[in-house]
Amino acid sequence: MVETSWPKAEARRLLGTRVSRLDGPAKVTGTAKYTYDVARPGMLHARLVHCPHAHARITKLDVSAAQASPGVKAVRVIQGVGAEIQWAHDEIVLVAAATGEEAEDAARAVVVEYEVLAHHVDDLHLDQAPETRAEEEELAGEPEKAMAEAAVRSKGTYGLPVIAHNCLEPHGQVCEWNAAKDTLTAHCSTQAVAALAPQFAERVGLPAGNVHVICQYMGGGFGSKFSADRWGIECAEISRQAGGVPVKLMLDRRAELTIAGDRPSAYAEIEVGAQADGTLTAWISKSWGSGGLGGSGRPPLPYVFQIPHRRSVHHSIPTHTASSRAWRAPNHPQGCYLSMSALDDLAARLGMDPLAFVRKNEALLGPLAKTYLEELEIADRLMGWSARWKPRGGGKGPVVRGLGLSLHMWGGSGHRSSCEVTLQPDGSVEAKIATQDIGTGTRTVLAIVIAETLGLPLEEVRVQIGDSRYPASGGSGGSTTVGGVSAAARRAAVNALRMVFDKAAPALGTTPDLLEAVDGSIRVQGEPGRALTWRQAAALFGRAPVTATGGNPAPSGSGELELTGSGAGGVQMAEVDVDRETGVVKIRKMVAVQDCGLVVDLKTAESQVYGALIMGISSALAEEKVLDPVTGTLLNADFESYKMAGIGDIGELVVHLMTGPGYDERGVIGLGEPPVISPAAAIGNAVANALGVRVPLLPFTPQRVLDALESPGRGIV
Amino acid sequence: MRPFDYARPATREQAVQLLAATPGRAAVLAGGSDLLALMKDGVVTPERLVSLQGLQGDHTLRFLRYTAAAGFRIGALTTLADLAASEVLRLEHPVVAETAGRLAGPQIRNVATVGGNLCQRPRCWYFRSGFGLLAAREGASLVVAGDNRHHAILGNDGPAYFVTPSTLAPVLIALDAEVVLLGPQGERTIPLEKLYRLPLAEGEREHDLGPGEILTELQLGPAAGRQVGTWEVRQRETLDWSLATAAVALEMEDGRVKRARVVLGQVAPLPWTSREAESFLTGKTIDEAAADEAAKLAVQGAKPLSKNRYKVQLARVAVRRALLAATGLDREL
Amino acid sequence: MTSRGDDPPRGLSRRAFLRGGAAAGVLSTGLLRGVPPVEAAPAAAPKSEAGVPILGPGPVAIKLRVNGQEVALRLEPRVTLLDALRTRLELTGAKKVCDRGTCGACTVLLDGKAVYACSVLALEAQGGDVRTVESLGSVERMHPLQAAFVDHDAQQCGFCTPGFVMAAKALLDRNPSPSLAEIHHGLAGNFCRCGTYAGIRRAVLQLAEAGAANPDYAPGLPGAPEPGEIENPRPRRQKNKKRKKPRGTGDG
Repeated sequence: MVETSWPKAEARRLLGTRVSRLDGPAKVTGTAKYTYDVARPGMLHARLVHCPHAHARITKLDVSAAQASPGVKAVRVIQGVGAEIQWAHDEIVLVAAATGEEAEDAARAVVVEYEVLAHHVDDLHLDQAPETRAEEEELAGEPEKAMAEAAVRSKGTYGLPVIAHNCLEPHGQVCEWNAAKDTLTAHCSTQAVAALAPQFAERVGLPAGNVHVICQYMGGGFGSKFSADRWGIECAEISRQAGGVPVKLMLDRRAELTIAGDRPSAYAEIEVGAQADGTLTAWISKSWGSGGLGGSGRPPLPYVFQIPHRRSVHHSIPTHTASSRAWRAPNHPQGCYLSMSALDDLAARLGMDPLAFVRKNEALLGPLAKTYLEELEIADRLMGWSARWKPRGGGKGPVVRGLGLSLHMWGGSGHRSSCEVTLQPDGSVEAKIATQDIGTGTRTVLAIVIAETLGLPLEEVRVQIGDSRYPASGGSGGSTTVGGVSAAARRAAVNALRMVFDKAAPALGTTPDLLEAVDGSIRVQGEPGRALTWRQAAALFGRAPVTATGGNPAPSGSGELELTGSGAGGVQMAEVDVDRETGVVKIRKMVAVQDCGLVVDLKTAESQVYGALIMGISSALAEEKVLDPVTGTLLNADFESYKMAGIGDIGELVVHLMTGPGYDERGVIGLGEPPVISPAAAIGNAVANALGVRVPLLPFTPQRVLDALESPGRGIV
Repeated sequence: MRPFDYARPATREQAVQLLAATPGRAAVLAGGSDLLALMKDGVVTPERLVSLQGLQGDHTLRFLRYTAAAGFRIGALTTLADLAASEVLRLEHPVVAETAGRLAGPQIRNVATVGGNLCQRPRCWYFRSGFGLLAAREGASLVVAGDNRHHAILGNDGPAYFVTPSTLAPVLIALDAEVVLLGPQGERTIPLEKLYRLPLAEGEREHDLGPGEILTELQLGPAAGRQVGTWEVRQRETLDWSLATAAVALEMEDGRVKRARVVLGQVAPLPWTSREAESFLTGKTIDEAAADEAAKLAVQGAKPLSKNRYKVQLARVAVRRALLAATGLDREL
Repeated sequence: MTSRGDDPPRGLSRRAFLRGGAAAGVLSTGLLRGVPPVEAAPAAAPKSEAGVPILGPGPVAIKLRVNGQEVALRLEPRVTLLDALRTRLELTGAKKVCDRGTCGACTVLLDGKAVYACSVLALEAQGGDVRTVESLGSVERMHPLQAAFVDHDAQQCGFCTPGFVMAAKALLDRNPSPSLAEIHHGLAGNFCRCGTYAGIRRAVLQLAEAGAANPDYAPGLPGAPEPGEIENPRPRRQKNKKRKKPRGTGDG
């Protein structure tokens, strides 16, 4: 009998081992073709004309010179005279020409005049916002009374600015309209191959089945690439307008940084109270932030700790900037940084080691309490926390050292997904699924699950993804992909194997429930001599291929166990050196201990944690979108001034994944997001530990550190 | 990039002629790392590029010559990687070689030239966003009203608020380097310090380069016993611009400073010589207290803008640490 | 086409190879996108000033030596080496990310040295030896450095990876056993967004330890004039000079 549930630890051959990503060689040799690399015969190159103002009305638009420009094949007005533009760099006109240089020249020849209108781009000062939207207040217990009764209270302001996704491969696509067949083929840099086809179809007026979306490789999304985007629709339309010639439109870096994705800011005034022994009792917070014109998400406050008496209210400030997009673990890094900073300040006021403070409040940690406590113990050992922690401040000389910690949580249950596994008469196995690899190793995970299930070597399984014509699968967001695709692939492979067993049993003179698939053979359990090779078994189906399918979730009423779980907890610790004369913060070491249920590929899973740590370090030390108050434009729309951490800025990184009994049986849980939540909080607490002064506003640049040292307690403004 | 035409002269005179023939509309292409970025952003829009990479034989500008008596003659097209790798420079002026070796990243150092580094345009994000070098709108500075965290704290009485970008210039000025300029009227040699000027109106350049004039050579005398130290405050280990730098060169006599040069970078629109610190140091023995006092004097006249107060502290610390580095008192750092 | 034999240069697709030919006038089918065949080009009178030919602003004939093969193209002077490689030669291993000489994704070797292909005009790369990631190894036969990147999972989305590989190649060619600090310094011109630095430094360290950085490929180093003529290569060593590296700066 083939069980659908994941094989037990002793029966796993590939699951949970270290497998190198299967498309690694293609990427490392430059042969992997990304959307930006797609070249189609006769392809045109398109360029956008953007609005230079943050808020304006178009008063004049003349594209005649652009149309007459050499090499130009089509010009599309995206927003015409009278249109009100709500953020700088919004798209106005699209031109397509034979070469990129000609398209650039034509774009420059477009004449647009504007009536400039008043704008608001300040998200830091709640009291100066012309408009705010208050979210519903969250309330539990009697926070004011509990606060008044608290033996120790701490009050502070903290904040995180808007940061960008800054995907290395910009947003963009190659669109090819076929007028004769009324079809559209779109090569897109996307996190949602399957969902994009109907999005395009609806916007360009085609039946969904007539749109074919392809994405074999994509250069980073981080939550910003779920939409066909207006520029994508316009690219499809300009291909139609040009008579069905393929058109490539990729955003340039300025556009990528300005309009293609933001993480909302979050600022908060927080008061938190505890009993003298450190038991948390009260929380009162007012938070605000902006995610552009559409407002902002609401950070979860208080984060992780379910403080019994709590009140939180959040205000969203609309600004004249492009709307924010989901950014890796939406709202959690903000909720985490704000909460963990406030709680760390309280622990300092209590004179407690933050590690002891967390343990003291074990009862408030919710369903993941046990996980956190186990993880804290491991992190403590890996960082040498207990041996080296000292109270805030002190230290000799200009460079001082500090330790900080943080906790986080995430869901990560698998998304809706379907997979088909086809067995050819020659024994070859191919899986198809309309998912995508956003850098996490999706192909590899699929191959591991299917090869493990069928008892085949990894290289015998061919995995096809990145095509909307394959069986549908969800977008890669919310850390839902690994659970969704591995559960679907497991069920498809199990169904395929059941078909094989049904055929093989008579040939082996037994019943299907006594068969097993081992080492490329189908054999009677315990009798290695009574076996068929995989190829012999496949040949039993005659000369036609057979296909089995599987999905996630399992059909309702199937009685099947869940293959994917939800609710991952993680603990991180940071050690920093801060030069208190220059304000330069250096990461010495970071430890990440993370739970993610059953690990499919340990190597790529660890890479997700390393990557998340590094992205978190980058946001903590360097990242911030800087808007000019007078013009409302983004001042740091390039790699030089939108700063990110480089290879020399990350310190020593230690990653530990929780595996084994107590973790594996929870099923596969997504990992891409949770470890990016805590780094800034842990680093911020380490900086406070080093300096004896809270640096409340990210990123921890010399400016922010020295400002905080000069006027401690000034807060974020 | 807008279209342009391209010439690759074989002689220096041809280069000057080609530039002079189209004043204001031609640009010199050396390593290209700064110029091409500016052109792609439409910040500068030359109609002609005159490449210096084709200069032949005696006209080549990629050379590094040393004599014990006169020191170094370094061609303007010598790359930063060349400087960093030069054995003779590392022995004679290690601080210069080290500064060149930690600028930017290897890809830049392999193409960026000494001349290009000294003549590069400011990194001011208003300038790079196309608001002009002085970034004025309706007579008011966008920098003063806006985000000036990276801008000038000294020499910022207006209208220029950007900071000078070269990290090499302060240390070379501290070492009394000179540059040779070749133009239609012939050659002139000026102290490097004099290459930099405050632009007073939009369209003026921050370098004293006449029409058709190119920087051909850097001249750097022997170390002659000077004690030299630099300090750079930079946020990232990887490719990043300095937030503040200081370079000091001290001529000593009987344990006392006979002559001091104290030059700051990235704090003013031009490399900033602190005469106050220099005259204070003259005649002194350097200890921590003297370094502290000199550093204080160096930023005494600083006038921070709304968001760059922290740079006063950075500049002060940079001067102090450069002095301690020059005199070997920096062991605790 | 001046290359020897009929095989496309390593890494160049046959189509791109033929297109190179088209531009050089061997074929006249106009296959080269965006660049008219030679026959169609206006017979512009050669301009010159001060005795120097003036090229452009329209397309001009250029020859590049890419991955050991010479290719002829017609390009406007404003076309960068990166755009020439990517859009004219279909060598898309070098990526366009920042296009301003900062991110390193377009790193190629020019005369053995790492450069940003986005910041070099194609015209200026003439006479140099250009090596792209395609010259290093194939999927079937990876260069040991590439194999180490795969082993250590030194990549996620992979968009920065070819640039890092080439920057690491240049580093190891110059210094076969770099320390961690030297690796940080040597790869300071490249950025990754997924956060693959941990794997990258493990991969490069592995090669540094193995000393296997350069088994089958030695970059040719023709052309580049070395800084010359040192008349007195032995200056006095300064006694009082502080050679201590300042803090807060690059660590190499």
